[in-house]
Amino acid sequence: MTERGEPLLHAQDLVRRYAVRRGLFGRAAELRAVDGVSLTLRRGRTLGLVGESGCGKSTAGRMVLGLEEPDSGGVAFLNERMPPPGTPEWRRLRARMALVPQDPLGALDRRLTIGAQVAEPLEIHRLGTRAGRPARVADLLRGVGLRPDHADRYPHELSGGQRQRAVLARALATGPDLLVCDEPISALDVSIQAQVMNLLADVQARTGVAILFISHDLRAVRQTSHRVAVMYLGRVVEEGGPDEVLHAPAHPYARALVSAIPDPRRRGGQGGGRGGGRGGGQGGGQGGGRIVLRGDPPNPAARPSGCAFHPRCPDAARVCAERAPVLKRRPHDGRLVACHVAHGEAAPRDGTTRPVPETVR
Amino acid sequence: MIRFLGLRLGRAILTMALVVTFAFVVLRLSGDPALLILSADAPPEAVAAFREAWGLNDPIWQQYLRYFAAIARGDLGQSMRDGRPAVELVAERVPATLALTVPALLIKIGLGIPAGVYAALHRNSFADRAVMLLAVAGFTVPSFVLGLVLVLVFAVGLGWLPSGGQDSWRHAVLPVVTLGVGGAAVLARFTRSAMLEVLGQPYMRTALAKGVPWARAVRRHALPNAAIPTVTVVGFMVGSLLAGAVVVESVFSWPGVGRLLVVAVANRDLAVVQCILLLVAATMVAANLAVDLLYGALDPRLRGPARGATA
Repeated sequence: MTERGEPLLHAQDLVRRYAVRRGLFGRAAELRAVDGVSLTLRRGRTLGLVGESGCGKSTAGRMVLGLEEPDSGGVAFLNERMPPPGTPEWRRLRARMALVPQDPLGALDRRLTIGAQVAEPLEIHRLGTRAGRPARVADLLRGVGLRPDHADRYPHELSGGQRQRAVLARALATGPDLLVCDEPISALDVSIQAQVMNLLADVQARTGVAILFISHDLRAVRQTSHRVAVMYLGRVVEEGGPDEVLHAPAHPYARALVSAIPDPRRRGGQGGGRGGGRGGGQGGGQGGGRIVLRGDPPNPAARPSGCAFHPRCPDAARVCAERAPVLKRRPHDGRLVACHVAHGEAAPRDGTTRPVPETVR
Repeated sequence: MIRFLGLRLGRAILTMALVVTFAFVVLRLSGDPALLILSADAPPEAVAAFREAWGLNDPIWQQYLRYFAAIARGDLGQSMRDGRPAVELVAERVPATLALTVPALLIKIGLGIPAGVYAALHRNSFADRAVMLLAVAGFTVPSFVLGLVLVLVFAVGLGWLPSGGQDSWRHAVLPVVTLGVGGAAVLARFTRSAMLEVLGQPYMRTALAKGVPWARAVRRHALPNAAIPTVTVVGFMVGSLLAGAVVVESVFSWPGVGRLLVVAVANRDLAVVQCILLLVAATMVAANLAVDLLYGALDPRLRGPARGATA
């Protein structure tokens, strides 16, 4: 999939470290939540950011929004550098970008009506007139599939899906250019998840908003995203179109993730994928088995040497423990991947080009 | 809302009925009223006549109903010591107690809540640590120790204030401070943790992400939500306006309800003890009722059944 359109957001080499202390008198250790992540997002496009919990994807999302300052690297929004948090310029930018958080009930103030909460961004950014606000709120609610009379309700009077719609209406109130959806559907029932994803696609088609879709749910990412970045322990290990990354992953970690998607059709050789052309490309190249990762789950406070994935990697060669691979384009097919083996710079440990995955039936 | 109110009111009445019953049972358990009142070596004829006169030979349920009816009429019996109605005795002590506990309540609220909010907003700062250190101290030192220390310093040592009695407003200063400090400490700790909890909520983060200025987010989202748990503690303090000063009144020989209770217990003046018990219970129940109503105002989830969540 080619990238078109205006570059809206560019994050370059974002690094975020946290100091952690083990026990009361333990030595302060450094935890690199995000360790050199670059992301580019264009208008009207969705970038899916996937990875397991703790891989730094939410931290990356907060830095993209400017809610957290990177220790190094920077974010440019519309070619302007992100101003420091709390400044008037930064506050004005809040109207241009919005966060859709994971838990819609927690994200709503239970004491205020839906209408009051959807109107709040309009009030603080002084958009529209006081008299025009009820009509604008009604429009916003209709735009996310709620009824205008939902404005008088309190959060506890809505269902989970309706709450997420209300949160989305609030996020869209200022007409933002960018939505950062941080696990927007993982707190919802499966039946509601599809509705919310379709709604996001509708909103994007209508408003041209760019979406950073953070999720650990590869099916959701496949359905919503024009481009996918896979993160492991603070770094992007593979990036590309959903067809490539989710149907023929080049990085062994991405391969393991993809093989873990439950898919009843897989035995027939069909790598799933649905939704009007989005992430289409049926019949990807997964073999039948599920790759089960061995070794310790990643701990960002004790990052392995070399490639952070090498202790769990089925392909790992000697060089993987020594030198960290960089995310670069593979010459023969143009895939963006950070792996010595995938780039053919090292032979896999067991001498085959692709490991025989452990099969779970 | 009407349903909510009716339910809470019904519960309050039921609680009072249970307290009255409890008082009756305790009265019976504490011994034969005839022997208690006439003294154990009274002649048998006098005991029999007393029992006849007070209906103590009737079945227990008749006595219970009679007792219940009397209380419903406001008749709580006579003090054994001077024969005056117990209600009158207690009622004349109420203003003295309120003269201590109401200013103390104002100190608790006026000092405790702002200190807790400030500490939460400046979490882990020097001010936060100082406030919390003082709060732990104020909360752990028992009131009789604090009262005695204050007497030692300000009455005995410096001679600025009297150590006991009730002759002028100056006499009230030390007991009020003693009462207020402990409560302010409790309230400060409670308010701080309620605020911290709210400040960590996703809606606070989202508000800031939307560009809501910090002061507005605190005013509009944090304070009202943190008020919900804090109201419970304040309600409890209001409920103990009459009963909360027993120790302090004794330390400062302040002639309030608490002192009367101590004296009445020592004299086995059951009618007075029972009257105070009911009064204290009534205050607590009334305060709880007020808290419940306030909850309804503060938290829309408690305003009665939700309108259909689907649709």
